Amino acid sequence: MARVMTGAEIVTQVLIDQGVELIFGYPGGAVLPIYDELFKQAKVRHILVRQEGGAVHAAEGYARSTGKIGIVLVTSGPGATNVVTGLTDALMDSIPLVCITGQVPTHLIGSDAFQECDTVGITRSCTKHNYLVKNANDLAAVLHEAFYVAHSGRPGPVVVDVPKDIQFAEGYYLRPSETKSKVSYRPKLKPDHEKIEAAVNLIANAEKPVFYTGGGIINSGPRASKLLRQLVNTTGFPITSTLMGLGAYPASGHHWLGMLGMHGTYEANMTMHGCDVMIAIGARFDDRITGRLDAFSPNSERIQIDIDPSSINKNIYVDIPIIADCAYALEAIIASLKIKALRPSKSSLKNWWKQINAWRSRKSLAYKNSKEFIMPQYAIQRIYELTKNCDTYITTEVGQHQMWAAQFIGFEEPNRWMTSGGLGTMGYGLPAAIGTQLAHPKSLVIDIAGDASILMNIQEMSTAIQYELPVKVFILNNQYMGMVRQWQQLLHGNRYSESYSESLPNFVKLAEAYGAKGIVCSDPSKLDAAIIEMINTPGPVIFDCRVANLANCYPMIPSGKAHNEMLLGNENSEDDIESAIDMKGRTLV
Amino acid sequence: MVRSNSHYPASVGEQQIIQRTLSIIVDNEPGVLARVISMFSGRGYNIDSLTVTETEHEQHISRITIVTRGTPLVIEQIKNQLERVVPVHNVIDLSHDYDPLERELALIKVSGKGENRIESLRLAEIFKAQVIDASTEHFIFQITGISPDIDRFIGLMMELGLVEVARTGIAAIGRGKRNLQF
Repeated sequence: MARVMTGAEIVTQVLIDQGVELIFGYPGGAVLPIYDELFKQAKVRHILVRQEGGAVHAAEGYARSTGKIGIVLVTSGPGATNVVTGLTDALMDSIPLVCITGQVPTHLIGSDAFQECDTVGITRSCTKHNYLVKNANDLAAVLHEAFYVAHSGRPGPVVVDVPKDIQFAEGYYLRPSETKSKVSYRPKLKPDHEKIEAAVNLIANAEKPVFYTGGGIINSGPRASKLLRQLVNTTGFPITSTLMGLGAYPASGHHWLGMLGMHGTYEANMTMHGCDVMIAIGARFDDRITGRLDAFSPNSERIQIDIDPSSINKNIYVDIPIIADCAYALEAIIASLKIKALRPSKSSLKNWWKQINAWRSRKSLAYKNSKEFIMPQYAIQRIYELTKNCDTYITTEVGQHQMWAAQFIGFEEPNRWMTSGGLGTMGYGLPAAIGTQLAHPKSLVIDIAGDASILMNIQEMSTAIQYELPVKVFILNNQYMGMVRQWQQLLHGNRYSESYSESLPNFVKLAEAYGAKGIVCSDPSKLDAAIIEMINTPGPVIFDCRVANLANCYPMIPSGKAHNEMLLGNENSEDDIESAIDMKGRTLV
Repeated sequence: MVRSNSHYPASVGEQQIIQRTLSIIVDNEPGVLARVISMFSGRGYNIDSLTVTETEHEQHISRITIVTRGTPLVIEQIKNQLERVVPVHNVIDLSHDYDPLERELALIKVSGKGENRIESLRLAEIFKAQVIDASTEHFIFQITGISPDIDRFIGLMMELGLVEVARTGIAAIGRGKRNLQF
């Protein structure tokens, strides 16, 4: 029997029936009825952020570290426009979010009312789908559908815009089981049999294979990671991963090559360049991965497993596309290999590994350490060494520190690494750490940050204090927007236009002003003790790690170059580096 | 050289630009056309012609007919990107699969006196255009047909006092008895 409720009651009931524990939000005029309902119940916990942008990143951190849907609640107008960056971020990285926005009452829509904006218009291109609800009787069905759309298929953000009069109006409530999802939306999860057979034949006859894996495996769930590990072990093939896929295969695994792409390892990129069979799983051939397209892996036949048909043949042609959830596809491949008792040739694999180990011996991540300054790479290495036996989750902002973290921290499990990959959103890390910490209250959550990025959402320290979240913000402070400065060095003759971080705050005092602990360290010999102090501090910490100012992030595929044209920091001279990018490359991003 | 979506040069060799007529079957709900159109503009694809109206009233299904251009890979991307749009049921590549029938309707206003006026009427007869409004100084012709014929008729009217033109864009359907929609 359908119950009659107000729109605001329906919103809260949907959250409860969908099993939502936590929502991130910020109140305002157009969502007050929903906030009033939240006030009256105890099942859904609301986390008050300090800016709506922080709410979305916090929800992303929560979603990415749990595999659940992140929920955001904000008001109309500026509340809605402030979530646009986070929604775009979630769309690019396929993070499931449901964002409920308040809207001015239906009769005022279109009148340029106070705090009105065209939310569905603005968010149309930065969401997987969005809705404007104009009838309280539709509200429950739309919200349930929003949850389904957000997490099924290729996950993504969904916005539901609810005008204030609909929040007050009465309508029938429907449980999730009583609603039907759209006929037009039916993601394909199971692979085609003949495609699997073709893939298995290619895999079994590969001489120089490589697995190239991405965030799709993490999104598919822990089972996909388990199956991937199984497949890698049975085949003995080398495996590399994108930034988003780190942790699906353990960094300590024998077949691990490290991350690939613009700042990936030499061995990972050379393996991609030289392979004869590439098995892409849940990865989308992003331009940071491929480098120059017409020189990308010139001699390989390619298999690509992806749940989204539009990821196939978008940038790179693949010979065997498999449209499916990676867990199903991996399961089918493993089963078929077993039934046919197919095994790749051991001797060719042995030669391939010999070649790979030769590439490995170039030690592309090597850097010159210093006794005088803390090298940023060293700082990350120490963080990793001192936390690897803890139950650790890492988030990052965007820039050099992010790449160093990806290079030097070894992830053993999926869902431990929260970073803004596709959109590259500075300011992501602190709110994401807050979302992650809320999901894992007992774990160690570290936001590896830069001095510029951290200031983009520093206000969320206040949220960490309010909810007693012991997040650790570890700032690699080089007083520059490091990646911008590096590109200016490479592309623009060392003219560091506006990339110096002028007037940085005193981060220790800033921490104290919020009620957190501040730590500063500039001496490599004292770094370990300071990091241990940070880990042992029960509350939130801002760690101002003063690092060498002008360190560059290597190895690097310069823009417009191919995988086999990498710059290695320890082998190339300054002159090589400054002339590495030609005029054509300069126009690329 | 082909322009791909990426900033980087395309990996495949030169590919021909082809024109395709797509039927996009969608739920007729607010904003659905904007979703389809903004996919084209947001990703830099072309729309040569666009026609849309509800075709199944009871089920609230609309049919969007789009004529677009691109390399075969771009056309594949367009179809896949359209399929991602949640209220899109189905994308039918009519020109690829079904040798479609394509028709367009145009309303053409011509004003003039004397010999020009008589000539326009004579041409209208040859092109099977109907007169749907007239005064002593103007005609409005209605013409239905394939787009190149309409273009030719409009071209001829330019010399004879063409005032303005309204065109519907292409409606297209696959030949044969099969229902391609679902």
